[in-house]
Amino acid sequence: MVGFLIRRTGQAIFVLILVTAATLGLVHLFPGGPVHALLGQRATPALISYYNHLYGFDQPFYLQYLKWVGQLLHGNLGFSYKLNVSVATLIAQDLPKTIILVFLGTFLSLLFGVPLGVYQAVHRNSASDYTLTGISFLGYSTPTFFLGLVLVDWFAVDTHIFPAFGPQSSSVWSILGDPRALVLPVVTYAFLLYALWSRYMRSSVLDNLVQDYVRTARAKGASERRVVWGHVFRNSLVSIVTLLGLSIPSLVSGAILIEVVFNYSGMGLAFYQAALDNDFEVLLGFTVLATVATVVGNLLADVGYAMLDPRVRY
Amino acid sequence: MFEAQLIAASESELGLTLSTPPRGMFRRAWEVFAENKLALIGLGFIIFILLFCFVGPHLYVTNQTNTDLENYLCRPSASHLLGCDDLGYDELGRLMVGGQTSLEVGLAAALVSVLVGSLYGAISGFAGGIVDSIMMRIVDAGLSLPSLMVIIILSVIFHPTPEVIIFIIAIFYWFGVARLVRGETLALRSREYVQAVKVIGGRPIRSVVRHIVPNAIGTIIVQATFAVADAILTLSVLGFLTLGVAPPATDWGSMLEGGLNYIQGGNYWWLIYPPGVAIILTCIAFNFVGDALRDAFETRLQRR
Repeated sequence: MVGFLIRRTGQAIFVLILVTAATLGLVHLFPGGPVHALLGQRATPALISYYNHLYGFDQPFYLQYLKWVGQLLHGNLGFSYKLNVSVATLIAQDLPKTIILVFLGTFLSLLFGVPLGVYQAVHRNSASDYTLTGISFLGYSTPTFFLGLVLVDWFAVDTHIFPAFGPQSSSVWSILGDPRALVLPVVTYAFLLYALWSRYMRSSVLDNLVQDYVRTARAKGASERRVVWGHVFRNSLVSIVTLLGLSIPSLVSGAILIEVVFNYSGMGLAFYQAALDNDFEVLLGFTVLATVATVVGNLLADVGYAMLDPRVRY
Repeated sequence: MFEAQLIAASESELGLTLSTPPRGMFRRAWEVFAENKLALIGLGFIIFILLFCFVGPHLYVTNQTNTDLENYLCRPSASHLLGCDDLGYDELGRLMVGGQTSLEVGLAAALVSVLVGSLYGAISGFAGGIVDSIMMRIVDAGLSLPSLMVIIILSVIFHPTPEVIIFIIAIFYWFGVARLVRGETLALRSREYVQAVKVIGGRPIRSVVRHIVPNAIGTIIVQATFAVADAILTLSVLGFLTLGVAPPATDWGSMLEGGLNYIQGGNYWWLIYPPGVAIILTCIAFNFVGDALRDAFETRLQRR
């Protein structure tokens, strides 16, 4: 186990180095370099070379990289030229709001997706299974923003049940104090994730139902309810843990679109604004944060899997 | 007539005992596929939407280059079956032209990513050892990049044309394909016929291209089908974020973005629902087909 931990962590660190280098390389793809993108069309060559020197863009890439990583490790994620605040401040301000959205949405989708996936597997090929499968396919195939628009059209424009925009407050507490405005963003987010969990749970339970331990349990006279919820369900849950770890990138992506549709001022909206403004240090900082979260999430998922599932030997 | 019946009867009676010509793997896969009604509906819809987008504009001729402000947001009528958008473009005609972009980008991005991913995965799995480790860590790194964020950054940098978007989407899709094909390759590598190539002195590239990739073709085709749906969705996301193709060209996502401004102002349903429903139905169709193909190729493996 210790050997596995060391090896797996080593892999994660190697992956992190690759990813951060690729991310830093991205800003050099701006036509004319990042400084040109920042200063705009009318920048003079002298000005560009001055700023290139100031920010160290005239140094070899590996030196830039080492310097940048050194800054990252000291918690300096960069500075937003457009908003005149540090990226760390921006994250501290927006991340809690995104976490609320992601957490509530993921929780709601798991709450429906996991039990309904089990139900579908147990009642395989029944009318209700087909109906729920249809709903999952709809979830897979609907663009996030389209679902958001439709819900806004139905529940905000036509009927005024819920507001069309997410909570506009900048404080976390008042967001939680305004649950009506959270409903549409969270439901949109949850519906799209629901498809993922329910499909996965269905196939996982189907796989487990034909295993020997199920036959053993039945032979011992366990009730069907005990077989399904006591044995199969618990075993299938283990793989959901892994899937959760692997889903972090799609959770982040989903949040970006929801925030843009509902004008919910979290990290996704800030990232989108920064992209439109060529504010590349914000882009870099946010991307690195999301990537690190993903790599760490995968690592925890793998380790969690190894600990939860006694059959896994390393 | 009678003869035909006789032949049919004798065939059905003796079919099992007579030596029938060996059926190819695609033939058997097709038989399983054809039993799945949803898949046939999906396939039918894909053919329909291709005809609609590529043949439709020749039958329902509209002007999609010049704006026509007299018809600003006109309601659906006999001359404009689905009304007009805020620049006076006929909405039904725009649905066809936008669909061309969406489908072309979706299909091309899927093709590029699956080709690259399959070869990469096959080479990695076949090589094994340290080469495999390094190649797979690169895939791990790619998979842990938040793809939408990087796609947004790339679109901002390159102000993309459809060709550029194809590559931007493909860059992020091939990682997953590579990992799957590598898994298949590990299983295939130890098969006798692959070992035999080595024994008779065949070069490794021959094993990969002639034996491993063709045997993993089921997985590859299934991935390609799902990739089309994903690429169409990603393109629509870019369109919605106003980072997609530049006007007067359009795609379904850009059309939705155009309709967004009028959602509060009144009942302009024709700006939102037609492109949205087109995206959903097309993606569902590709997902149905992909699901059925997976079953079809898995059955093939079970029967072998």
